[in-house]
Amino acid sequence: MSEKLRRLESKTVVLPTENIDTDQIYPGRFLTVTTQKGLGDMLFADWRSKPEFALNQEAAKGARILVAGRNFGCGSSREHAVWALSDYGFRAVVSTELADIFKRNAIKNGLLPIVLDPASHARLVAAPGANVVIDLETLSVSLPEGGEARFPLEPFARYCLMEGVDELTFLLSHDATIREYEKRMEG
Amino acid sequence: MTEPRTLFEKLWDAHVVRAATPDTPAVIYIDLHLIHEVTTPQAFSVLRERGLKVRRPDRTFATTDHATPTEFERVGEKIVIRDPQARTQVETLEKNCHDFGITLYGLDHERQGIVHVIGPELGLTQPGQTIVCGDSHTSTHGAFGALAFGIGTSEVAHVLASQCLLLEKPRSMSIHVEGRLGKGVTAKDLILGVIAKIGVGGASGHAIEYRGSGVRALTMEERMTLGNMAIEAGGRTGMVAPDEVTFEYLQGRPFAPQGKAWDAAVTRWRTLASEEGARFDREVSFDAGSLEPMVTYGTSPGMGMPVRGVVPDPSGNASIEKALRYMDLKPGEPLLGRAIQVVFIGSCTNSRISDLRLAASVMRGRKVSPTVRTLVVPGSQQVKKQAEAEGLDRIFKEAGADWREAGCSMCIAMNGDTLLPGQYSVSTSNRNFEGRQGSGGRTFLASPLTAAASAVAGRIADAREYVR
Repeated sequence: MSEKLRRLESKTVVLPTENIDTDQIYPGRFLTVTTQKGLGDMLFADWRSKPEFALNQEAAKGARILVAGRNFGCGSSREHAVWALSDYGFRAVVSTELADIFKRNAIKNGLLPIVLDPASHARLVAAPGANVVIDLETLSVSLPEGGEARFPLEPFARYCLMEGVDELTFLLSHDATIREYEKRMEG
Repeated sequence: MTEPRTLFEKLWDAHVVRAATPDTPAVIYIDLHLIHEVTTPQAFSVLRERGLKVRRPDRTFATTDHATPTEFERVGEKIVIRDPQARTQVETLEKNCHDFGITLYGLDHERQGIVHVIGPELGLTQPGQTIVCGDSHTSTHGAFGALAFGIGTSEVAHVLASQCLLLEKPRSMSIHVEGRLGKGVTAKDLILGVIAKIGVGGASGHAIEYRGSGVRALTMEERMTLGNMAIEAGGRTGMVAPDEVTFEYLQGRPFAPQGKAWDAAVTRWRTLASEEGARFDREVSFDAGSLEPMVTYGTSPGMGMPVRGVVPDPSGNASIEKALRYMDLKPGEPLLGRAIQVVFIGSCTNSRISDLRLAASVMRGRKVSPTVRTLVVPGSQQVKKQAEAEGLDRIFKEAGADWREAGCSMCIAMNGDTLLPGQYSVSTSNRNFEGRQGSGGRTFLASPLTAAASAVAGRIADAREYVR
């Protein structure tokens, strides 16, 4: 169960690299944890050791929107990547393409996955630190220097994010239907 | 007449518990849930917090593979894990399996191994099933004509508690392969070639079906290598329609149906193949016959090239520029002959008996270069036993390679097996991401033949010169 998310206003951090994989977001050597709390310390651990890394800049402090290159979150299914991003303070990730498993993990943790058209995305990439408003009612993102872009989001994912509802409760409410299915298939 | 359906559509339709509505995704039933120590502790915590049971412990099977050492240290009979956090993680899985009534193939069990190696080996993996695991390489099981895909830990909790997932239906993609692989060229080269062609996001949002005579000609273990790396192209899964090769592999395995049930299952499985005229959302084709041994030069599995090629010019592509900086490679330079420090033969991609036989065929009667540390890690204790029965372990050891216990080992470098900063490896695993095999380590992905040949040469080698 996560906090309701209807409108988000924040400056951005930009990581324009394409195909940022979950091993970069949360390196494998930290995977022996058995909790999901406090993982923000390990977020981008290997990249953060370099002073020039975007997250280390003073301007990036407090940013809750991460703008990343195409196919962000590819690779391993580790939900630790999402837990680390959330724990660090991010509430939304914006790209032109998000890896499937990453996107599904994000929704379950109240991290908003936004896929934008390349032109709108390019405007965000060109303006790191821009103040951006994301509205889940209208499924829109404000763009630097005016205008806005729409993004797609499945109705159920949008509902879960806006209401802070978790999918497991919904699944468990279908217990009788699941039981019927099992009876039909297993005889 | 109904529309001809694809294998994927048949699998999907057969597992719909509740159809999608305009407001909600479909509820899909999961036949087999494989679990391991790394991605489950937080899921069991959810169950405990909410007072939930595991709905179908009989459809849930566990092993330990990721965080486990590949050199066993024993105190008395018991295998000891030195890293305290890894030990806690393994013990957490043991306790969870005990408390929730789940079968566990732990370190001390003769059936322990990498989750995607033991599922098929036990015959748990079967055509027509939906299979999930908190591990992206679950796509491996697609090789049997199963709808198999990786999930995150929240979804692990969903399946444990409800045996179902809420899923948006992926699109379908056909990867049609014609032609036979040449001498010294393997299924690993084929999948590296496919990913180099379509890109690491090339199958994003799609369930792949590998089709065509080039796929039919492959063994089950080769098909698993194709399925395994579907995720490296962004695919949800990588399936092959079941056929005689599949049935022959499965018959007689511990969890495979027997007697009349076997005959009935095979009859059912024969109906799964995509029908003539079935439509895919996307189709690509690939010629296996012209393929050369492949090796990656960059930090994503799509950055692959023929072993005799040269590192490409990034031409302004920032990702390739960044990758070349990390790898310390220059455009236009060859990889063939480049010195390496480590060779890793193992992982859920290439640690099965046929992979080890290939590696041994190159190493037999030869020595690995004294400048190369060579690790051979069987995918399961059964693979290890079989390899030892065939004398492969002796070939590796006599060549100067390290023969280890089963596990994920240096594919994920969270178990003590790692590259040192700056080291180069030739690895049969699936990911060459920055730091994947150890912080600062640099990975060239390749086949077991190329890895073994490179171990002998001390440099990246053309396997075709070493195949007998």
